[in-house]
Amino acid sequence: MELTGAEIVVRCLEDEGTEMIFGYPGGSSLHIYDALYKQEKVRHILVRHEQAATHAADGYARSTGRTGVVLVTSGPGVTNTVTGIATAYMDSIPMVVISGQVPTQLIGDDAFQEVDAVGITRPCVKHNFLVTDVRDLALTIKKAFFIAASGRPGPVLVDVPKDVTAEKCHYVYPDTIKIRSYQPVRRGHPKQVKRAVDLLLQARRPVIYAGGGIILSDASDELTELVERLNYPCTNTLMGLGGFPASKSQYIGMLGMHGTYEANMVMHECDVMLCVGARFDDRITGDIHKFSPYAKIIHVDIDPSSISKNVAAHIPVVGPAKAILGDMIGFIKSSDRKPDTEAIATWWGQIAQWQAVKCLEFDRNSDKIKPQSVIEMLWQKTGGDAYVCSDVGQHQMWTAQYYHFDKPRHWINSGGLGTMGFGLPSAMGVQLAHPDQQVLCITSDASIMMCIQELSTCMQYRLPVKIFSLNNRYMGMVRQWQEFFYDRRYSNSYLDALPDFVKLAESFGHVGLTVDQPADLEGVIQSALAEKERAVFVDIVTDQTENVYPMIAAGCGHHEMQLRPAAQGQVVEGREIA
Amino acid sequence: MQHIISILLENEAGALSRVAGLFSARGYNIESLTVAPTEDASLSRMTLVTRGSDTVVEQITKQLNKLVEVVKLVDLTEGQHIERELLLVKVEATADTRAQIRDLAEIFHGRIVDVGETTCTVELTGMGEKLDAFLQTLRSTNIVEVVRSGVSGIARGRKALRT
Repeated sequence: MELTGAEIVVRCLEDEGTEMIFGYPGGSSLHIYDALYKQEKVRHILVRHEQAATHAADGYARSTGRTGVVLVTSGPGVTNTVTGIATAYMDSIPMVVISGQVPTQLIGDDAFQEVDAVGITRPCVKHNFLVTDVRDLALTIKKAFFIAASGRPGPVLVDVPKDVTAEKCHYVYPDTIKIRSYQPVRRGHPKQVKRAVDLLLQARRPVIYAGGGIILSDASDELTELVERLNYPCTNTLMGLGGFPASKSQYIGMLGMHGTYEANMVMHECDVMLCVGARFDDRITGDIHKFSPYAKIIHVDIDPSSISKNVAAHIPVVGPAKAILGDMIGFIKSSDRKPDTEAIATWWGQIAQWQAVKCLEFDRNSDKIKPQSVIEMLWQKTGGDAYVCSDVGQHQMWTAQYYHFDKPRHWINSGGLGTMGFGLPSAMGVQLAHPDQQVLCITSDASIMMCIQELSTCMQYRLPVKIFSLNNRYMGMVRQWQEFFYDRRYSNSYLDALPDFVKLAESFGHVGLTVDQPADLEGVIQSALAEKERAVFVDIVTDQTENVYPMIAAGCGHHEMQLRPAAQGQVVEGREIA
Repeated sequence: MQHIISILLENEAGALSRVAGLFSARGYNIESLTVAPTEDASLSRMTLVTRGSDTVVEQITKQLNKLVEVVKLVDLTEGQHIERELLLVKVEATADTRAQIRDLAEIFHGRIVDVGETTCTVELTGMGEKLDAFLQTLRSTNIVEVVRSGVSGIARGRKALRT
């Protein structure tokens, strides 16, 4: 059957099983929008800014594991997606962005709304394509979906000139595809896996350090089984939260710059480290020269270029976390060697001393609302079961610290790129994917303003997203760094002209609530969470001066954490255990 | 240390810019780069000369391999190989000095490929050092223009970079 390019785009989405796409129309994508209008299988969610389309598709992808799809027009349509594409790229999120382009005969002429989309996105996509012939269109879209979701996932952009969407050709969507230059690894090398297990079973002070790769590869069950079988301490990265359940006894909290004292001390003192699906990012390692001085490192990652990039691995294992962890469990079951339970018990004894520092304690008797108490209460009131989407800054770190995730794909945040403005649109994508689930957007007075226009999208689709904005009238993390490292010169970190958020929310048709007294917090949170039909914006006036602790400052190692002022001095020195 | 990385990649628009972009984005250096289609028109072969520590070069090869359009690559400097570069040099030459230039070119197994009233052009292939040496010997003459192709390389023996 002959179809126009526009119809082919939409048919490809149908055949790919795409249930919804996020976008904004414009001149170059009008044919595609017309084809969308004439069908009912693919639902289009109209955002208010293309950046939000990418974040919404991203939230949809993170919470479902399916590929998020974005449709935008040429020029500013596509440049507005760059932040969202880069966000997805840094966190390895499967996404396909289809962008309109000026007609092929105008490309290079500086035509109206022309931009070199392939060139401008090249450094922040896994791959991208410019389709210049309608006969290549279906195959290219197939390739885009395959590349986006396989191997280490990532965003793929397909740029489609307007004339290509008007031309006709016979439509066939291939069932499978093989690309000779792109063959992702599907299993770990058995010899490497066995070597890894042998080393792991010899450990006396082990740690399992698990990242976003666990979530992306749906390997939570395997990780949980491995950790419980070995009874080794497990720490998750910011991206890995929920990958291993926080309620398990082996969980020692998040690691890194604002990780727990115990997790970072374990990282520093360990003799064997199993890193799965994480990449030794600078926010994790602290000063790289002081990183885990006694550790033999096993690094499991699907991307060979992540291995030995920042920290040399003694045993590299390339492949998907799920398959490799499964194989590791198999080897452990059949191995003659058993974990050294005595050494592990001693190790847990040491860890208990570090845990006794209670690094996440905070002032519970303050007359101001402590931001930590908000997150803790949200965790309690939602039964730890909500989808939690975060913006970027202090509130993000507090959410990571005080919302104890037991399930994967429930913690949605921009980890790698740290994109302020991510929270609300990503929450829309999550809510659309899970219409009957509680979806929270934890944000702040600064972050929320970066994509505030999406309150309108929430209204259009009646999305009952619960927005909790920790309002400290500052860019909190910027203020914290200025307090610590710039002698309290609060340069441009104060937000002087904030709107009345309650009225703002109401003007979009949502419920607006505000609270500034600790005693009122519980009631306000409960009534917000009880709202089933409408979005609720809760403006929470918090203690302006609260800082995120503990913290590894620049130039410090895991063992040199700064605790909250009230706890400084009770640091338990790490020591070598015989 | 200098490394010569030979890459087979899809002969598609934009593939070259992905390689070049990777090097600039990650702060790797490119000393030279040559690229042309192979006997299979769907593939290009690129030879890239870079310099870096073992860790950096390991990252470079991994990052290159990660590019979707890269089919295969080899670091030629890891084994025995042949490397060649083409030099074209135009020098000022009158009837009086032309013979001297021809003699020099012959010593280096080069040839004169163009002669004009006041210039002549020499073609020379070889390892980079040989071309450097030849240019040194031309110091006394007036060089008008120099163009070098960058290194191409191939492994010795049976080893081959193919799909």
